[in-house]
Amino acid sequence: MTAAVTAPARPRTPVAARRYWPVAAALVLAALGLLLAGRGSWPAALSVDLSGPLGSASDWIVDNRDSHPLFLYFFGHVSNAVVLSVRGVYLVLLAAGWAGVTAAAGLVAWRLAGVRLAVTAVAAFAVCGLLGMWVPTMQTLALMVVAVAASVALGAVLGLAAGLSDRTYRALRPVLDTMQVLPAFAYLLPVVLVFGIGVPAAVLATVVYAAPPMARLTALGLRSADPGVLEAAASLGATGRQRLLTARIPLARKELLLGVNQSIMMALSMAVIASVIGAGGLGDRVYQALASVDVGAALAAGIPIVLLAVVLDRTATGARSRGGSGRAWTGCAAAVVAAALTGRLTGGLTWPEAWHVDIAEPVNRAVDWMTAHLYSGVPLIGGTADWAAHFTGWVLDPVRDGLQALPWWALLMAVGALALVVGTWRTALTAVGAMAAIGVLGVWDASLDTLSQVLAAVAVTLVLGFGIAVGAARSTRLERLLRPVLDVFQTMPQFVYLIPVVALFGVGRAPAVAAAVVYALPAVVRITTQGLRGVDPVALESARSLGATGWQQLRQVQFPLARPALLLAVNQAVVLVLAVVIIGGLVGGGALGYDVVFGLAQGDLATGLVAGAAIVCLGLMLDRVTQPTAEKEA
Amino acid sequence: MRMRTRTAAGAAGTLALLILTGCGAADMTRQASPYAAARGTKTVTLSVQSWVGAQANVAVAKYLLEHELGYRVDTVQVDEVPAWDALSQGRVDALLEDWGHPEQEQRYVAGKKTIARGGDLGVTGHIGWFVPTYFAKAHPDVTDWKNLNKYADELRTAESGGKGQLLDGSPSYVTNDKALVENLGLDYKVVFAGSEAAQITQIKQFAKERKPFLTYWYKPQWLFEKVPMTEVKLPAYKEGCDADPEKVACAYPHTPLQKFLNADFARDGGKAAAFLKNFRWTTEAQNEVALMIAEQKLTPEAAAGKWVAANEPTWRKWMP
Repeated sequence: MTAAVTAPARPRTPVAARRYWPVAAALVLAALGLLLAGRGSWPAALSVDLSGPLGSASDWIVDNRDSHPLFLYFFGHVSNAVVLSVRGVYLVLLAAGWAGVTAAAGLVAWRLAGVRLAVTAVAAFAVCGLLGMWVPTMQTLALMVVAVAASVALGAVLGLAAGLSDRTYRALRPVLDTMQVLPAFAYLLPVVLVFGIGVPAAVLATVVYAAPPMARLTALGLRSADPGVLEAAASLGATGRQRLLTARIPLARKELLLGVNQSIMMALSMAVIASVIGAGGLGDRVYQALASVDVGAALAAGIPIVLLAVVLDRTATGARSRGGSGRAWTGCAAAVVAAALTGRLTGGLTWPEAWHVDIAEPVNRAVDWMTAHLYSGVPLIGGTADWAAHFTGWVLDPVRDGLQALPWWALLMAVGALALVVGTWRTALTAVGAMAAIGVLGVWDASLDTLSQVLAAVAVTLVLGFGIAVGAARSTRLERLLRPVLDVFQTMPQFVYLIPVVALFGVGRAPAVAAAVVYALPAVVRITTQGLRGVDPVALESARSLGATGWQQLRQVQFPLARPALLLAVNQAVVLVLAVVIIGGLVGGGALGYDVVFGLAQGDLATGLVAGAAIVCLGLMLDRVTQPTAEKEA
Repeated sequence: MRMRTRTAAGAAGTLALLILTGCGAADMTRQASPYAAARGTKTVTLSVQSWVGAQANVAVAKYLLEHELGYRVDTVQVDEVPAWDALSQGRVDALLEDWGHPEQEQRYVAGKKTIARGGDLGVTGHIGWFVPTYFAKAHPDVTDWKNLNKYADELRTAESGGKGQLLDGSPSYVTNDKALVENLGLDYKVVFAGSEAAQITQIKQFAKERKPFLTYWYKPQWLFEKVPMTEVKLPAYKEGCDADPEKVACAYPHTPLQKFLNADFARDGGKAAAFLKNFRWTTEAQNEVALMIAEQKLTPEAAAGKWVAANEPTWRKWMP
């Protein structure tokens, strides 16, 4: 306890000086490297070509999928179980009809989160129907139900193990931490390798992606249980199992429900991205529409995704504060059955076609108008396409070419130095190792292309995010205005962000960067605002009394004191931006994301898997380089 | 206590495993989509590829299956090569337009016998390199590959670096372009637009400003009606000259596009299978439907309906 109190009194300057010398050294070396070596790509002698073995592994799987016992007795059953359960849920949803499903959504929302959300839920499902997306929405919902159930169960089991045993906790924690920062796209390839394109692969990828938060939070909840209460339970003679069931798990209720909430959101995000490997449903509609740059159709499928996300998130959040009595639930069930039966008797089960509203056409007309008028040649400010072209030509190209021209060893050293400044020697080692692995995999240039997009997007995000956050920290009214906007933006699945940017910037690297910026901005704004607000008011007051201007206060008091929050914001920005830049491969972002898409499209899993592994390494490196763990570990 | 829990858990696990495996082997070649046949009707699952011609085939087949034969049709968006795997696994029943994948044909049709041929689509496909006709008229000699290097400077873009740009499209299409550029000693770089839509947008932009460009493109394709293009002659195609993908130095063949069906579906698919085997139309008909979808922005269903209403004698012959 005392250590925490005395820690801030530790003299900082010498430590800082000691920690900044690696950066200086790296900069000098990089400059030297640029002068000495012309082109600095990873040497071919140090890379391993995995396409041969990976290709033959993939061939072996295809050839043996219907005869080898491993598939007959294990993967085959897994796959069948997934198909059966998704089908079961889907049939139930269809049998309930639109009336039944909408009623069920409204009542569940009402019981768990109150009347306002119930109205929202009913409206949301009605909009899905109005947009003509009823069946795809049900397909996505069916897939989600199965995936969430599986990931909550898996996460709870892992979390229980980690919560009860220290050794398991120590073994699992780094794995879960790492899984948390990896882009969703990287999870797609390995499951496709085994299951082929289709619903089973999509569900399993979703489960792998959505289970870690549940496991983390379960473990956290169990481990942070009040020792006093446990002691009391033990002194009353409770056995280990009784203590677990009557004390530890109820005490961890908040974390458990938060875990479920997080799993739902991650599953939705993934279920949509998994359309690339045949998940069907809403994501598939977005994917198809993006492939033909049909913004209107993409929006029609994107709106239900957003609504689903908002409703699910709010309901799960509401469930944390309320419960419900058994009788009320029975009443609700009866009401749902009644609604379903009425729907069945009075009309069709699917949403009546006469009630469809076609938004694709007006939206496309608006986009066409925009393309004709705003796209280019607007006096003074130029058009959106001009911005995109300038951004590509003046920012993305130089950064990419610069990175690719840098000798590989200089880049490795720069990565290590940066990680050493921000984190510990251990994070630095991981970062350098991950970066080297990219070279060994033989995708050095493509990875640097992706990296250049990430760097550009992070820079833009931070400038915008810090700017907005400074404003929000100063003005309570602005913060209150921003909060609902940030809430909605943070719950939206990554895929949705691709739609508007394609409309605005066309196809290429610039729209990928723009989508990444918009996706990462809310988290950065939120963390930075909190950090700036948390600055000790006494320090600010004393600065003011010394006559510091607003800018001086900000630069010399607020920013330095909020340093941990700012570092966390940078870390989050990097992780979130990477996730979207990779998906940008679907709208012409090229580089690693494109390689994954290419691998899937050509059935060339070797290319896809290598790119996927490189994405993992890049994510690991970026996270470690920006991870402010130095103080925590010490 | 703990001991007993562990034993119980172990027993439960074993039991679960037994239940799973006890019912015997699971067949990974019978993996229907969970969304198929949802309302107890006869269902056919068709795979759709991303280009509009393929969408036109599927739209018309779907329309006729639903309105004339009483099937419910599910469509799955899947690219050609994964579609072969999905066909073999039974996830889709038919692939209506294949541009030639000898390796897959060898593996699934001859080897595993999980896929059966469905006959000609009636459309002949051809891939090639094209320049806009306005450019070819101004510089007639550009249509021979031997003169391409002369124009590399004019065809340079930001993405192609110091070389000329050869624009390629979707990652899923059949292409030998990288090998061709290498083996013909051309001063060009293959730039992938990422999707066909992106490629079309790019071509339209070039055409609007009447700039020269060189692109991978294919026939039949509706864009020729909007942007007239002239093919660049590559060294003539000879049987087998594209056998080794690394050493290709010849043009793309003219491919009669093929249909493929899941083997079980072909055998037991009843009227739907018979209809899909009979389905055979012309390049003009496909272009007509494709143009309605791509340029008039009709939904595929509406476009198919329009075509079906006007061409009854043609499709009557396909009915089993």
